[in-house]
Amino acid sequence: MTILSAGLGFALACISLAILLNLFRLVRGPTSGDRILAVDTLTINAIALIVVFGVAHATETYFEAALLLAMVAFVGTVAYCKFLLRGDIVE
Amino acid sequence: MSLAAELLVAGLLVLGGAFILIGSWGLARLPSLMTRLHGPTKASTLGVGACLIGSMIYFPASGATWSAHELLITIFLFLTAPVSANMIAKAHLHRQGHGIDPNPADGIVSGLPAPPSGGDWATFHGAAEDDDAPPAHGDAAAS
Repeated sequence: MTILSAGLGFALACISLAILLNLFRLVRGPTSGDRILAVDTLTINAIALIVVFGVAHATETYFEAALLLAMVAFVGTVAYCKFLLRGDIVE
Repeated sequence: MSLAAELLVAGLLVLGGAFILIGSWGLARLPSLMTRLHGPTKASTLGVGACLIGSMIYFPASGATWSAHELLITIFLFLTAPVSANMIAKAHLHRQGHGIDPNPADGIVSGLPAPPSGGDWATFHGAAEDDDAPPAHGDAAAS
């Protein structure tokens, strides 16, 4: 087992555990703000997971997915917050 | 791929993974939303940043061409993380009203303290005339 594969294994395990903790917060709540924050963190962790997965498989194919996820996550978070603030997204 | 590059990439991945885990642990563990906002900032800056820098070193070191995708993701996350955190805090503030996050550990027993200059918090200015927001505490009572 090389140093790189050990580091990759550690990073993948950490990110998977982090996603489980985010899911716990997403289910538990208790307010809508907590759930929005949990989804936001979940997508950030998913971006990190995609990047580490790309390194593990030595392919650059997944970076577009990570970039798209970053953009969609931001728009989604702002839309959720706007909905909570105003009761409407596009006024 | 040289041993030095491999060590560097492995170290950065371990650092990034550890910070992501710490950020999410903070999200699960801290007591109220305003404190929970603090945890994932570590994950989105240091955690993802270290993973992306690791991959930025890995691909040129292993013979592939250098690309700017990782830098784009990093810059985008650094730009959008404060905006979304501000939006979440503002939405929470308007939903909970002045009864937000009583935290005896900080000496805040009754909720949002009054600003020292008198008056009301700036985010509540103008909230009266377009008051189609849901009532305060509605969310907390429902859960």
